Amino acid sequence: MKEVSVLVGGKAGDGINNAGAMVAQLFNHLGYFVYIYTDYPSLIRGGHNFALVRAADEPVGAYNDRIDYLVALNQETLDLHLPHCPDCTVVANADLVKSIKSGQTVSINTILKAESAPPITGNSVMIGAFAKAAGIPWEIVGDVFRRHMPKAADENIRVARRAYDEGLTTRPIPAIAGPPHTLLSGNEAIGLGLVAGGLSAYISYPMTPSSTLLHFLAGNAERFGLKVIHPENEIAVILMALGSAVAGARTAVGTSGGGFCLMTEGLSFAGMAEIPIVIVVSQRTGPSTGLPTYTGQAELRFVLHAGQGEFPRLVVAPADAGEAYTWSAAVMHLAWKYQIPAFVLADKTLSEGTYSVDYDRLTGLPVADPVLWDGQAPYRRYRDTPAGISPLAFPGRMDAVVKMNSYAHDEDGITTEDAALVTLMTKKRQKKEAQLKEELIRYPCVSVRGTLGATTALLCWGSVRNACDEVAARLGLRVIQPVVFSPFPDQQFSAACRGVQHLIAVEENATGQLAALAREHGVSADATVLKYDGRPFTPDELGRRVQEVIAP
Amino acid sequence: MIRNLITPAQNTWCPGCGNFALQHTLKEILAGMEKEGRSLDDVVLVTGIGCHAKIADYLNINSVYTLHGRTIPVATGIKLANPKVTVICCAGDGDAYAEGLDHLIFAAKRNIDITMIVHNNRVYGLTTGQYTPTSPLGFKGKSTPAGTTEYPFNPLELMLASGATYIARGYTRKMPQLAQLIRQGIVHKGFAFIDVLQICASFFNMTEYYQSRVYDLAGHDTADFEKACAKAREWDYNRDAPIALGVFYERALPTFDDRYPARYLSAEERSRRIRDLFEASG
Repeated sequence: MKEVSVLVGGKAGDGINNAGAMVAQLFNHLGYFVYIYTDYPSLIRGGHNFALVRAADEPVGAYNDRIDYLVALNQETLDLHLPHCPDCTVVANADLVKSIKSGQTVSINTILKAESAPPITGNSVMIGAFAKAAGIPWEIVGDVFRRHMPKAADENIRVARRAYDEGLTTRPIPAIAGPPHTLLSGNEAIGLGLVAGGLSAYISYPMTPSSTLLHFLAGNAERFGLKVIHPENEIAVILMALGSAVAGARTAVGTSGGGFCLMTEGLSFAGMAEIPIVIVVSQRTGPSTGLPTYTGQAELRFVLHAGQGEFPRLVVAPADAGEAYTWSAAVMHLAWKYQIPAFVLADKTLSEGTYSVDYDRLTGLPVADPVLWDGQAPYRRYRDTPAGISPLAFPGRMDAVVKMNSYAHDEDGITTEDAALVTLMTKKRQKKEAQLKEELIRYPCVSVRGTLGATTALLCWGSVRNACDEVAARLGLRVIQPVVFSPFPDQQFSAACRGVQHLIAVEENATGQLAALAREHGVSADATVLKYDGRPFTPDELGRRVQEVIAP
Repeated sequence: MIRNLITPAQNTWCPGCGNFALQHTLKEILAGMEKEGRSLDDVVLVTGIGCHAKIADYLNINSVYTLHGRTIPVATGIKLANPKVTVICCAGDGDAYAEGLDHLIFAAKRNIDITMIVHNNRVYGLTTGQYTPTSPLGFKGKSTPAGTTEYPFNPLELMLASGATYIARGYTRKMPQLAQLIRQGIVHKGFAFIDVLQICASFFNMTEYYQSRVYDLAGHDTADFEKACAKAREWDYNRDAPIALGVFYERALPTFDDRYPARYLSAEERSRRIRDLFEASG
């Protein structure tokens, strides 16, 4: 694999994310696949921020240990990162760094002064200097500015051009043949997938790392005909969303673990009252407030079991932006067909990571249609049917009295404590789960990748899959990635594990939650490789740890 | 077709319960709406959990029997998704003033166009007699056998402070007035709040107390915020004072739901716009 990595660092408030995004677009327009990881503390100003842009001639979804270029807006960036990449090419802001041993510096202040440009264009100076060091043709640089920084493009181009002209090409990066791709963050992909699934309302209370989904949908509400609401707390979020769904609007909510804690009573209500709802949970490092801006995979069990009582739910955990897009749409359709709560389970790495996506090559998933009332009165909201799915009508529909209920209820939605009725209605809800499980056989619920016939396999889920892919390619391993966790795809999972002699569970939690789940479904992992410091596995680190397990 | 407004569900309120009067009042209001040619298919009743909430089982109209304290967010979601429907919340005082107080304040702040009827019997009935946020100081309930150690709060004052645009108080033994207050609340465009004093026949029978103190707020200027505050403070739900019934305050303001106009997009248009956004991000 041909690859190059760039780290852009500075202090919080310097616009490091945007600078990283522009560097990524430069690579994108050179024909590379890219991935961006952003690392930042839970601060608005101050503190160290960095964006890692990794570009390669094949799709990538993880950053690695190697850094080729270090773009340093301040001294701290050099102090923190240069020791780990002594051979990298440095492009530093002369105003804020002491002398450097190698590489080049550019003075943001001098260039801004010469061009009479405002401080906000400072990052464009660094991008221009980097582009020259990497030998990226000016036409591409100008194009990327015009396309992706249309606001005040001219001003930014002027300062970038001056830095570009003053700099030297020291380590050229070759262009490779290939069209630019769409660059989407995981949260943007989830949002677009939900819209493709018919989303009409998104309701959310800000919580990292789900907030950028709220921002994205709020910013595009008019474009997609959405109502985007930010209520008083997560309890209001889920209940407002359920009200919206009761009235017939496809609705989703988004949060992280702590916010989801507040939603669990509403979740159980959705299960009992059979209200379709999509819940996006993006994990961060827990427990409790934990590490707000770092990643984790410790909420699989929580999402699978949250809420009092037993009721069917759909839980899907995509690994990258492409999967996030296609599955978010499918999750919405299935939630409405089965009138159940349905989850998109993400993590910080996926939510805030940016990926190259090729729209035309996304694998479309089937579209499940809801079962609607045929208008034959009397309407019974919870009519028992062979599949357990009661035809839907919404308040406002002529001649339908729609009664929904959080209590145990009869087919009309009237409260009951009758033993036989309670049993019947529980079975009705269970039938939906059985039917959903049957329907999911037509979906790729378990992804099998890498060397398909290998007898050593990495068992993983969510964003960790991307690092596993690289390690598997290097070591000739199989990768088994369940995407659907509830109802558990037993058939596809055992097929995926057939012939495996050595199964290694790779997870970003401390207890091996997927490994335990697999054991419940008859497959025992021989070893676990776990990480729980909030930072995602790099393929290099994961490769070392997997090798320790394979050949101790 | 004129529908039977009462379901076959067996009524399990205690004899003498104030909820009967509220149910009857709502039934009459609904029947009146139907006579005026309004379709009751466009009315949704949202209830919390508590004795009051059984009204969802008893009234034969669209209903969502939600969770304790959560009528308002559910009602808000319904109204946002379908602004054409009339949404009426029935909540208890435990629902509205304890478990779901945050939602009540925010509903007033937002001026969402729903009608909130609080069945305020000032005691938890269904859980067999504990104090609520409007029980008087020293109330001896099962969780406070020595008497409560906190003052009640005054929901009318709270609603005035929170920006509610229709604030009224009724009493279940003054049914014609109660009907008028609720009807006016439903017609009011914006958040309509009606605190309804009702007795709990089993755990807090205040009939005599209310009978000798209630009076009609005749001639009160409902547009005057300061006067509304003064009238609301006259009785603080604790010490002895005359208890005014009627509309305390009303004003017209844009509603929350009005600020979220429906934007319908065809599936094709949606797909095209998704595709466009994909292209713009490359």
